[in-house]
Amino acid sequence: MTSTKAPGHATRSSTAPGLVLRILLLGAVLAVTVWIVPVMIGQRQWLWLAVTVLAALGIFVLYSTRRLVPGKYIFPGTFFLVVFLIVPIVLTVGYSFTNFGDAKRGTKDEAIASITSNSVQQTANSRRQALSVGVTGGFTASEDPADYTFFFVDPDDHSVREGSSTQAATAADPDSITVTDGRVSAADGFTILTAKQVNEVYGTLKDVGVETSDTTALRPQGTTQAFEGTKTLRYDAASDTITDSISGAVYSVKKVGTSEYFVDADGNRLPQSWLQGVGAANYVRLFTDSSIGSQFLRAFGWTLVFAAGSVLLTFLVGFALALVLNDERLRGRRIYRSVLLMPYAVPGFISLLVWSNFYNRDYGLINQTLHLHLDWFGDPTLAKAAVLLTNLWMGFPYMFIISTGALQSIPKDVLEAARMDGASRLQATLKVVMPLLLVAVSPLLVASFAFNFNNFNAIELLTGGGPFPADQYTRGATDIIISMVYRAAFGGSGADFGFASAMSVALFVLTGILAAVQFRFTARLEDIS
Amino acid sequence: MLIRRKSFLALGAVGASAALLAACSSSDSSSSSDSSDAGGSSDGGGDAPKADANADLVIWADEAKATALKAPAEKWGSENGLKVAVQTVANDLQTSFVTADQAGNGPDIVMGAHDWIGNLVQNGAISTVQLPADAKDTTLSVALDAMQYNGQTYGVPYAVETLVLFANKKLTDTPEPKTFEELVEAGKAGGADAVLSLPVGEQGDAYHMEPLYTSAGGYLFGKDSKGQYDSKDVGVGKEGSIAAAEKMKELGKQGVLKTSITGDNAISLFTDGKAAYLISGPWAIADIKTAKIDFTLSAVPGFEGMDKAVPFAGVNGFYAAAHGKNAGNAQTFLSDVAGTADLAKAMFPKNELPPVNKELQKELAVDNPEMAKVAELAEKNADPMPAIPAMAEVWTPLGQAEANIIGGADPKKTMTSAGKQISSKVS
Repeated sequence: MTSTKAPGHATRSSTAPGLVLRILLLGAVLAVTVWIVPVMIGQRQWLWLAVTVLAALGIFVLYSTRRLVPGKYIFPGTFFLVVFLIVPIVLTVGYSFTNFGDAKRGTKDEAIASITSNSVQQTANSRRQALSVGVTGGFTASEDPADYTFFFVDPDDHSVREGSSTQAATAADPDSITVTDGRVSAADGFTILTAKQVNEVYGTLKDVGVETSDTTALRPQGTTQAFEGTKTLRYDAASDTITDSISGAVYSVKKVGTSEYFVDADGNRLPQSWLQGVGAANYVRLFTDSSIGSQFLRAFGWTLVFAAGSVLLTFLVGFALALVLNDERLRGRRIYRSVLLMPYAVPGFISLLVWSNFYNRDYGLINQTLHLHLDWFGDPTLAKAAVLLTNLWMGFPYMFIISTGALQSIPKDVLEAARMDGASRLQATLKVVMPLLLVAVSPLLVASFAFNFNNFNAIELLTGGGPFPADQYTRGATDIIISMVYRAAFGGSGADFGFASAMSVALFVLTGILAAVQFRFTARLEDIS
Repeated sequence: MLIRRKSFLALGAVGASAALLAACSSSDSSSSSDSSDAGGSSDGGGDAPKADANADLVIWADEAKATALKAPAEKWGSENGLKVAVQTVANDLQTSFVTADQAGNGPDIVMGAHDWIGNLVQNGAISTVQLPADAKDTTLSVALDAMQYNGQTYGVPYAVETLVLFANKKLTDTPEPKTFEELVEAGKAGGADAVLSLPVGEQGDAYHMEPLYTSAGGYLFGKDSKGQYDSKDVGVGKEGSIAAAEKMKELGKQGVLKTSITGDNAISLFTDGKAAYLISGPWAIADIKTAKIDFTLSAVPGFEGMDKAVPFAGVNGFYAAAHGKNAGNAQTFLSDVAGTADLAKAMFPKNELPPVNKELQKELAVDNPEMAKVAELAEKNADPMPAIPAMAEVWTPLGQAEANIIGGADPKKTMTSAGKQISSKVS
């Protein structure tokens, strides 16, 4: 056994259990693929179908042979990279060229179906009829509405009518029909469906109208009742218009903004639209909308100040505390250290909400304890200070931990040597400890900057971006880019995924540039060490 | 046993990809829904809610309503041989419902506030319902109005909420002031820390400000000849709204309205005995009773010599999903059960809300007079919140403008700019 554990031997051996295992696993992949592909075709998931087939192919090519060893190691990482990173990016970019959002989620056919079937008006003073549905022969869940015959019993005079989607309602022959408890329970030549069966085929039945006059029809309402009503909006496929049979208005497809709607001659549009490609319209809006474009740069400036300020302040405080508590002459260091870590132990969401109440002008802890009357969240400068202060409280324990760790890893003899050479404590700290420490923590400082650059929670939960100047609704004084983008895309108008995607893409590019700068910066620091 | 590192790697990859494939298969919404959702969360993570596929009727509601509805709905199901599943969707019910309905795995019925209707209709997510002919006799008319959208009825109402005035009898001699001026005077005379607790906050609260806004003549959207809201006629920035803004500035100067009173502390200020009056909704009643405050409840007064204060009415109701698998059973439930007094009575003990059912309202007048009173005030004074999607563009600018005005900004200029902002967003 010992000899076979040598790695060189292992990769070349192909033992019977190993082979069996490999065959089993590849078989499992094949089975899953074969099972899933028809399902995906059925659901028209072309993107995921391609991903699945390519993944299965990749697994087979790579793991069925003994060659292609590097590929075997690279494949899993690459696969997850593609599925979880590249595909979402591709989809986001794709959505950024559409109008995807509220009222524009489905297809045009779905919008038309929704418009017309929601236009049925109940006839005034009409009474609900007891409904029974019959089929000739057995129940087959047919999707052809003409296969179903409807029987209606009037609740007042108990008269019975029958009809179907193709045949207007007529009085039924009383001899061929049995009425029990006010509804038709049997009819010659028909099988009467149970309520459960009616529910099963309700998708086919719900839009059936059994005509009672030129304009009105009896329509099912649930599984046991019917009402008399008129469908007022009808779609004409030839002219691609919708006509209102009561007012006579004709709605034709016209563009409102960037999306097509059904619009009448007076410019009134029906609420339902559909998913459409809009080209670069979202990007045009992003860069030309005066309320967004002009505010973007200012938000960017504050974002940099906020991120850099948070890192600097937390590091200074954390480092200073670490330095003090690293002195061996201090007693009870462990207790101090544990206490200082407390803010780190409180969940961020909770401390942000609690702090947000601390800053209340009249009832907040800060003003009440200090007998101040500062309008923390009403004044732009104070609000910025409050945000930085809170972020300092939230972030210094982290800097304290990493500084303490880095300090303890600096060899004592280096410090001793400096002292021997006549350096003061301050000089030794600044000239010897600091550089050594910065080498260790600077990557973490860069990471902390990147985190705060997109620290949505800190802004949204604390100030909500405010205060907003009197005629400014896009950007508040403490809004960083991500919180401003969020409000522009989701704040008022409900979901506007197309525009939000365009913003995400713009932000993605911006973050990419910043990341490149950061990498440069980190690389330069590595040169020092 | 020779399981080599290589084989482990293969095992891991195959296992993970198999799991992933399985996850992909169950997400049949990837083509239309949010991209990050498509990969894995449907089955593996379980974030996106999904309707119970085996039930004959699936109802989605928030936690309080689902808890109250469960027993009576299941009882109805068993009487009719149907399996009814009442599911709780705790987070973001409206968005979850729209997404799930579009993807075809949503519920058959959803419960929610009536101001969702506009958004649900434009997304094609709900169907019309037909109310029984006697609905007018059994149900408050404010609730029936709220369920109307573009001349159609889209839901069966269940409960109504509106803002009322609570007064702490120990802190004021005038528990039911007739005018707002009387309220201010009595509150100041009573010597409480704050005259009135009305949430404003730094970002404003257009919902709570609506009674004052309407009393001074402000309106949000005008109505067209058919009585439908017209999103092109924006009332913010018009004469009445500016009169309201001037009143707000005045009250801000007097310290009656302040941005430091927020949604977080408004109710507790009243229950701690620091405010003489509170303008809030039925949701505050439980806290006030727990705090053993001797209180009365009345209509929010308007300004002297001006219009009546008209707060929003928010009506909760049942809606039929457009793409539910059991649309037939859903319509049966909505027409036979949802609007009945029996259901309202069965749900009330577990979720106390002012009822829209007149019979239940009458019964409650004895046992729970506050809830009955709120329902009565909603019927008498309140207007249903406009359900048109354009309302989404109103809340933030209007609230913001009102908060700034209370903080001292110029009333006319600020209100006009809010109106411009709203008009630019609604087309």
